[in-house]
This record gives sequence, structure tokens and C-alpha cells, in this order.
Amino acid sequence: MKRTLVALAVLGLGASAVHAQEVIKLGTAAPLTGTQSHLGKDIENGVRLAIEDYNAKGVTLGGKKVKFEVMAEDDAADPKTATNVAQRLVDAGVKGVIGHLNSGASIPASRIYNEGGIPQVSPASTNPKLTQQGFKATYRTIANDVQQGLGIGKFAATSLGKNVAVIDDRTAYGQGLADEVVKAVKASGGTVVTREFTSDKATDFAAILTKLKAAKPDVIVYSGMDTQGGPMLKQIKQLGITAKFITGDGGCTGEIIKLAGDAISPNAYCTQPGLPLDKMPGGKDFNARFKKRFNADVQIYAPYAYDAASAIIEAMKAANSSDPAKYAAAIGKVNFPGVIGTVAFDAKGDIKDGAVTVYQFKAGKWEPVQ
Amino acid sequence: METLLQQTVNGLVVGSVYALIALGYTMVYGILGLINFAHGDVLMVGALVALEAIRLLQIYAPELGLVPTLLAGLAISVVVCMILGYTIERTAYRRLRNAPRLAPLITAIGVSFLLQTLAMIIWGRNYHTFPQLVSTVPLEPIAGVFITPVQIAILVVSATLMVGLVVLVNKTRLGRAMRATAENHKVASLMGVDTNKIIAATFIIGSGLAAVAGVMYSSNYGIAHYAMGFMPGLKAFTAAVLGGIGNLAGAMLGGIVLGLVESIGAGYIEDLSFGFLNSSYQDIFAFLILGIVLIFRPTGLLGERVADRA
Repeated sequence: MKRTLVALAVLGLGASAVHAQEVIKLGTAAPLTGTQSHLGKDIENGVRLAIEDYNAKGVTLGGKKVKFEVMAEDDAADPKTATNVAQRLVDAGVKGVIGHLNSGASIPASRIYNEGGIPQVSPASTNPKLTQQGFKATYRTIANDVQQGLGIGKFAATSLGKNVAVIDDRTAYGQGLADEVVKAVKASGGTVVTREFTSDKATDFAAILTKLKAAKPDVIVYSGMDTQGGPMLKQIKQLGITAKFITGDGGCTGEIIKLAGDAISPNAYCTQPGLPLDKMPGGKDFNARFKKRFNADVQIYAPYAYDAASAIIEAMKAANSSDPAKYAAAIGKVNFPGVIGTVAFDAKGDIKDGAVTVYQFKAGKWEPVQ
Repeated sequence: METLLQQTVNGLVVGSVYALIALGYTMVYGILGLINFAHGDVLMVGALVALEAIRLLQIYAPELGLVPTLLAGLAISVVVCMILGYTIERTAYRRLRNAPRLAPLITAIGVSFLLQTLAMIIWGRNYHTFPQLVSTVPLEPIAGVFITPVQIAILVVSATLMVGLVVLVNKTRLGRAMRATAENHKVASLMGVDTNKIIAATFIIGSGLAAVAGVMYSSNYGIAHYAMGFMPGLKAFTAAVLGGIGNLAGAMLGGIVLGLVESIGAGYIEDLSFGFLNSSYQDIFAFLILGIVLIFRPTGLLGERVADRA
């Protein structure tokens, strides 16, 4: 509340000082309540910092000085709420949206933004489908699961061992990621010795693990969630399998460590899209400024949100207009050094050369290895 | 060969848990003609109660050794589940004893949802780590086959309980009364059998077995959560039908066969189908076997004991 008052006061001052200024509203949507609210707030604050930076520098579009404003909405990490807030943002006349966090929220919301002609840049949603729907102005600043699958496959085949076994849980996420892993393993000179399947409700993996053991893999890639990954690690140990283990972001959590108990060892690896903050080109400086401004630590997504907002504003500058119909196409052509690295998009709207970080289990937690 | 032996061991372990749960389905069906869909959720309650009991015991009685703690937790959860089983029968099913068959069936599904939701409110949605008090470190492999102490315990406990149940049903007064009630309620009650009591006893025994199965399941996999009863419940129901629902020996055979079919199926389906099918067809393979068995033997492998009922 206090912050809102301060923001309003600042806004009032700004408006009275410069009369000719045109106000451009940018929307952001993420879960601001519930269990993921800290991540949602992270996104909102990232956007705020970007906008404040541009306002301080001053941006002129079509000969007029403009001023940016944030309209933040809470999607509660819920697909239905996400479509409601998306409609609200469109109706409020925002010129662009930075959000949402969850793929499950971003995908349904993207349809509404598309129909309203509003560009959307997600700082957090990794499901490949988001940018594959044929929408012209849907972008993301975080690596998607295709890029992550590539990272897992390449790391597994080149650093962990040539013979790779792949298990997936037959969900949209697990299967999609595993398909990319298989391609990347082959491209990196590895062999997929066996591909096994389970379900996101299974707890017994003894049968598929026994079959897999006979194929003598050097490394097991598991593409699924932590709740299956934990018991799977246990059963790997119970069956005397000594292969290394790597899993994607669905299993890259503290939960898997808890569930696997003493069955997790430094033989276990996992990946997360994006770089750890201190490895980003602008990371250290960003972290310090973020902390000073909001008195909070960067969670994960603030740098991606900052760069997403910057991408929208840079595109407006390039098109010399804040009209979505005019500047939307320019987002695809931006190329500037952001906090996370060079911000540029491919034809689909995914970030170019999206980074993926590999973590290894060490002394009770996941530690980045490269 | 090693792989085949290992798959057989895997199948036996999973199958004996299925068999133990299937006994609960088949006993109730034999006596009431009711498919008690809440049975899998009694298993879940058993596991979560044991988890809670073990946590408390570890705090307040840490000097108790590993196995005594597990046994105490198991005993508490068996008692709680027996009371739960009795309560379910008394409140949900007894009033519908003479209602059309569909009514108690729908009620059973309702009880299943109710138990899951209550468990979700009490224990939350997260997966819990179940303390593995019996070692899960594999023993020295025999002929390349890995087996853990907890898996051996599962095999021994299941076999003992199954033998015990067969003795109970065939040799004791209670067992005779159960068989009489299964054959014909009305005649049994005319002969002086208190059928309500016998039916309650059936639910109590079945729920106790479910509690044991739940604790064994969680001890083996090291997890417990509010929805864990669904899959084993469904598989055990399949096992009961496979063996011939209403038939005790059939439930045991069905459980073991299903476990073996699943595990060997998952291991060899790819070779058997020349690479056309793979392990994502694990469950389909099991149901295919069920379908084939039912085409040739509509009452299951061993057939229903009370054949004139249907």
C-alpha cells in the first residue's frame, strides 16, 4: 500500500511537471498471491526497474516525450484467472505485456493478447508451445524446453557418457523435453541405448529400470517432475545401477533431494533455463541496484522481466511509435545488450542462444557446474 | 537371464502387494456383491497414519529401535484403519444393504473422494518422505539379482497374511459364518449367524490388510501422499477380477500374475513386438491379458466361488 502511495505521489509530480508528456501503459501479469507470489513479485519489480530507468533517461517517440507506467495484475498462477487479467489489461489499453510466469497461464492468455493486438513477452514460461501458436507478437526472454533439451542432451553425451538412456513421464512437458534430448544426444555423437516411459502417477519404476540396466547406459536422462524423480533415484540405487542421472527443471528442485533421501549423490545432475545471476553479463550491477530499489533479493525472473520490458521499449524506439500495430514487428528485430546477455529473438519469438545451466548435487544442494 | 530373474523378483514384490489389497476387494465382493472403491483410499490412510505415528514415536520415544518403531506405527495404523473400515460400513453401506446395486457402488466412489479430500486437508498436497526403517540398501546380488531387505519383508509378510486369512476363512467359526453369509444372507441369519456383525468383521479385516499393504508400499518407495491409493487400488481391483472376484485364492493368484505380467511385459514388450510397442504400453499390456482371460474365462482365472449370485 505504502509503495502504491509513493508511486502515485511520484506519478503526480511527474504529470504536473511536464505537461506535454504522453503516458504509455505497460502491463505485467504474474502470480502476486499464493505459493508463487515471491516469483510473481520478482517479475513485477524487474519490470518496474526497467521502466524507471527508461523514464529517468527520457524517451521520445514521434517527437513527443513519453513516460511509461506499469499496470500490474495478479493471475494467481491459474489459467482461468490469467485469461481474465489478460482481458483486463487489453481493455485498459496497455501497449504491451510482460508476463506471465507459468506456461499454463501464458498460453491461454497469449490468445487474448493476440486478438487484442498487444505484444506479449514472457520472462518465465518455458513450454515450447507458447511461441508455436502462430501468434505474431508472442516472445520470451527465457530459454524454452527445446533449448533446455538441447542443453541436457549435449551435456549428457559429451560430459557424462556416450551411452544414454532416456525416460519420460508421457506428459506434454516430459515428452517434449525428452524428444529434444534424444535429438541432441545423437547430434553430439552419443547413442540412445534405450528409451523408456512411465506416467506422472507411477511410483514403481523397477520394471523399466531393470530393462534399462540391461542396456548398460552411462547416464540416465529423466524428463519429468521431482515427485517421480525422488523415488526413481531410490530404485536406481536399489537395483544396483551405477549410471549417472540427469533431469530437467521439473526435477531441479529441493523436493527431489528430500524425496530421494540418501539415494542422491554427486552422480545426480539437473538443468535450469537461464544463467545464475552472478554469471549474467549485467548480473552483479543489476543485483545491487535491485536490492537498493526494492530492498529484496532477486529470486529468478527479475533480470528476464527487466530485459523483456527493455525489449518492448527498444522496439518502440526503433519504430518511433508506441502503437502496437507499428512497433510489434520491431520486437523481433531488437538486438541490444541486456542484463541476461544479448537480447535478440528468433523467427518464432524465442530468445536467441538461450542459456541453460547445469547443476550438480553437492553437499546437500544443487550447485551450478558450468 | 539376469534381467529375466530380476524382472520376476520385481513382479513378485509388486504382485504380492497387489494381492494383499485385492483380498480386501474380493472379500467384500464375495459377501456383499459390492465393489468397495474406497478400499484403495483406506490403504492411503493407513500409510499416512503410520507416517504420523512413526514421526511422533521418533520424537517421543527415540530409544525405540528402528523395527519396533515401524511395528508400533504399523499397529497404530492397522487399528485406525480397522475403525475406519467399520465406520465406513456402518455409516455408508449398511443403510444401502437392500438398495439397488448401483446405489452402494456410487456411495463407494463418494467415500473414496471423501477420504482423499480429508487426507488432503489434513496432510496437504505435497509428497511426504516416508521413513524407511527397514533397510533399502540391496543385499549382495544373488545370480545378478538385487533384492533389498524391505522387499524380502514384503514377500514374507504378504505370504504370512495370506496363509493366515485362508486359515481364518476355512478353519474358524468366524470363517464359517463368513462363508455362510457369502452364500446366502437370509438363510445364514435364519441359522443364527449375526450377518451384520460378520459383514462388519469382513470390512475390519479387509481394512487392516489395506493398512499393512499401505505401510509396506510406502516403506518400499519411501513416499506417501493423499492420492497414493488410487493406482494400487485400481491395479488390485484388476487383480481381483483377473483371479475371479469373490474368490480368495483367485485374488492372490491374480495379484501375483498381474505383478509378473506388468514387470515382464514392460521388460520384453519391445522385443516381443519387434520394436513396435514400448514400455509406455506397460498398463495396456496388463489389461490386454485381463481382456483375453475374461474372454475365455468370464469369471476370472479361478472363477467366482458363489457362481449362482450373478
